Amino acid sequence: MASTVIHAYYDDDDVLMHAVKKVKAAKHHIEEVYCPFPVHGLDKAMGLAPTRIAITSFMYGCLGLTVAIVMMNYIMIADWPQDIGGKPSFSYMENMPAFVPIMFEMTVFFAAHLMVITFYLRSRLWPFKKSENPDPKTTDDQFVMEIEVHDNEAELKELLLDTGAVELNIIKNSH
Amino acid sequence: MYTFSNRLRIGSFILMALGILGIGIGFVNAPGTVEEAKAIVAAAHDDGHGGAHGEDTTHAMTEEQGAAAAHGEGHDAAHDEHVLHQLQNRPWAAVYVAAFFFFMIALGVLAFYAVQRAAQAGWSPLLFRVMEGITAYLVPGGIIVFVILVLSVMHMNHMFTWMDADVVAHDELLQNKSGYLNPVFFLIRAALFLGGWIFYRQYSRKLSLAQDESDDNSNFKKNFRWSAGFLVFYLVTESMMSWDWIMSVDPHWFSTLFGWYVFASMFVSGITVIAMITIYLKSKGYLPDVNDSHIHDLAKFMFAISIFWTYLWFGQFMLIWYANIPEEVTYFVTRIEDYKLPFFGMLAMNFIFPLLLLMNSDYKRVNWFVVMTGIVILCGHYLDVFNMIMPATVGDQWYIGLPEIGSILFFSGLFIFIVFRELTLAPLQPKRNPFIEESRQFHY
Repeated sequence: MASTVIHAYYDDDDVLMHAVKKVKAAKHHIEEVYCPFPVHGLDKAMGLAPTRIAITSFMYGCLGLTVAIVMMNYIMIADWPQDIGGKPSFSYMENMPAFVPIMFEMTVFFAAHLMVITFYLRSRLWPFKKSENPDPKTTDDQFVMEIEVHDNEAELKELLLDTGAVELNIIKNSH
Repeated sequence: MYTFSNRLRIGSFILMALGILGIGIGFVNAPGTVEEAKAIVAAAHDDGHGGAHGEDTTHAMTEEQGAAAAHGEGHDAAHDEHVLHQLQNRPWAAVYVAAFFFFMIALGVLAFYAVQRAAQAGWSPLLFRVMEGITAYLVPGGIIVFVILVLSVMHMNHMFTWMDADVVAHDELLQNKSGYLNPVFFLIRAALFLGGWIFYRQYSRKLSLAQDESDDNSNFKKNFRWSAGFLVFYLVTESMMSWDWIMSVDPHWFSTLFGWYVFASMFVSGITVIAMITIYLKSKGYLPDVNDSHIHDLAKFMFAISIFWTYLWFGQFMLIWYANIPEEVTYFVTRIEDYKLPFFGMLAMNFIFPLLLLMNSDYKRVNWFVVMTGIVILCGHYLDVFNMIMPATVGDQWYIGLPEIGSILFFSGLFIFIVFRELTLAPLQPKRNPFIEESRQFHY
């Protein structure tokens, strides 16, 4: 389905924040905001749901800890319980202090790496990915707010100019 | 201005009165002769107090029988003497552990306060008066610890074996250490540490109050410089203090990271007390500008320093366990054999509990959650001090009974009384701190 969006350009993050609040108050749906740097409070102003990535990280950490314990219990205790320098390899608990450094590192390794991969998957980032930027300026000094147009072009334009937009672009057949 | 509520004041007096009663009973019940000591051990054995303690005494008895069979009467008498000293030490050690625990809270808060000043933290100036209130306990608490040390030097108890000239005469290891571990130098060092800490505390408080009334920032800048200087002094003296006051109850044992370990314990207990008193004062409406974010920051510190403490605990334990050198490992052997529950219990209380409860960002803003975790952390760090002092002073004759609980009650009452009385002396919000506006607007 062909859709039309309007791109409103801003040159200041404070103006952008006010604009977002105004557009939200006028009950328009903001498709996307492109910024050159993180703007504090923008997600709140747009009403985005909080991220759950920390929760996934916790679960990955638990997984890493389990992997470490199962691995070392199998190798050092169950499979071939050798006497190495008098270490008590009769049970996992008896020799546990020696395993803690690995348990810790595996927890951190799993938590960190799997969380990063989760982030890449969820935000659709990979090498050779085609950039989704509407305008190179949004990586330097301009902010772009993208709003879908439904037969209300004139009204939207007026509202956006009112919020301090420095430039408006109508894009037909976006996506 | 804060007004000391009557209920809290009376509560602190009741705690002190009950505490003195418990401590007094502890001293009265301590045995005077070998026969009394034997009767106490036999009674404890027969009743079988239950749990770990019952097994401990059984263990002691079998060891005694085995030893007696092997070495005859002479060794038996020496063993009885040893048990007598342990039982006589118990009320002393109980008082010492509690006195040091509450003193170390005040000292930990002082270190945190100096860090906040030296780092020019923007979030914490709103809490400076709370911290200054807590560090007021440094003066009476430090004096009490010092008096206990002086009484030990005067041979009122047997907590520090190296203070006993007879023991040193038969112990080459202690003779070699006597250049450092001798009673006079010991007391001089203690006085020097306490003098330095108390001086910084009083002077910084004075500058902090003067800054409220002044029309430039000179007091603030002076306080910054003194705080930075204090931190250097503190790092050195805190480490030496931990060798002197705690490690030297086990004079044959040594550990290099012990000073850090004690520091982590006092730092986390101090921060926990700051958080708890801040939440209390806020709930009474005295700190209107303190918001969730301040509590969140304090809870983050509680969480992070709990993990830091565990890191050091494990760093010390694992290195000694791994290498298993007999002269070092006895320290943990006695603790694992005779103190299994407190030794591993404190690990759960000081690590697993705060790790799981304070990991969630939202929970760090829930006041009752922070207070509940704080109570567990404080109990855990009391046990930590208990585990450091008791095995060397009372050995397997330990029990958390009247003298221990009485000492906790007495010193908590004294702590509450001193801290909250100090809080009434100055407005709870600094007026002219350059960062106070940032702190008021602090939002995370």
